[in-house]
Amino acid sequence: MTDDRQRQQRAKNLALLAVLAGVVVLFYVMALVKMGAF
Amino acid sequence: MTDISTSPVRAGTVIDGPSVGDYVALLKPRVMSLVVFTGFVGLYLAPGHLHPVLAVIAVLCVAVGAGAAGAINMWYDRDIDAVMRRTRDRPLPAGRMAPGDALGFGCVLAAASVLVMGLGVNWAAAALLALTIAFYVFVYTVWLKRRTPQNIVIGGAAGALPPVVGWAAVTGDVGIPALVLFALIFFWTPPHFWALSLYRAGDYAKAGVPMLPVVAGARETKKQMLAYTLVLWPIALAPAAMGVAGWIYGGAALILSALFTGAAIRVWRDAGDGSAKRMFGFSILYLFLLFALLLLDRAPGLVGSMG
Repeated sequence: MTDDRQRQQRAKNLALLAVLAGVVVLFYVMALVKMGAF
Repeated sequence: MTDISTSPVRAGTVIDGPSVGDYVALLKPRVMSLVVFTGFVGLYLAPGHLHPVLAVIAVLCVAVGAGAAGAINMWYDRDIDAVMRRTRDRPLPAGRMAPGDALGFGCVLAAASVLVMGLGVNWAAAALLALTIAFYVFVYTVWLKRRTPQNIVIGGAAGALPPVVGWAAVTGDVGIPALVLFALIFFWTPPHFWALSLYRAGDYAKAGVPMLPVVAGARETKKQMLAYTLVLWPIALAPAAMGVAGWIYGGAALILSALFTGAAIRVWRDAGDGSAKRMFGFSILYLFLLFALLLLDRAPGLVGSMG
């Protein structure tokens, strides 16, 4: 794998991580609202 | 019309890797902005209460769902996009992204938007969002776009559904005012798109897309555009007549509808492209202003807020 390709793959993985973290936070907030926490 | 079935774009040759901007472009952000706005207006006008956090999530789901449908559309249409000047720099025809990546991105976002809408807001809104995405992908993109000049007339239903989704997010069902908003966008779509296709007819012909100016000619297209702007008058005035909006909206809807019909008359009289380009621009402003006024005329403290 070339350096450029490796950099691209790393950027893609980080983006996926960010999206997954966002989904976790979203579901957490949704659950709190549904339970009437705020 | 050119045969594009053997286009190398179908094979998915990627020259450069995609950037974040390419993924954003895949979501058709300009189309998305109008969809989000009309969806929000549907949500705002609906009777009842929705927690502000859930309202934000509902609008987010509409945005992501619309973007997902756009991404899948770009995946399917990459061969004709490569032929048309307006679309040839999109990530797929330009070779910056593999087709499979675009399809996967679109499918994941579509599924996620429906799931989150269902779990977070309600399943009626989720079902309507799923219907919107499916209609745009299967009915408009796959079935109608390359087969009939009525493609954007029937396919326009997909673009007209977001306010109904927004309404259902609050009420859990579909009310008459939501259907009026649906009709407003549905009957606005043909003159909007035909204005564009009048001055892009060559592009559409080259790509083999049977838009009305390509199949029936400019004269017939202009006649139908004018007819649709006339049909829009009672629909645009209906929210005021039904008490959903007040007299500020009603007056503005009357003026805007007159201006839209005036634009169609100028297109009818003009042998060149200039008036069609101006009408395309005005059509966006027309819909934006009508929905913005629906919002403002219901805002607390404004005159006419209760019709």
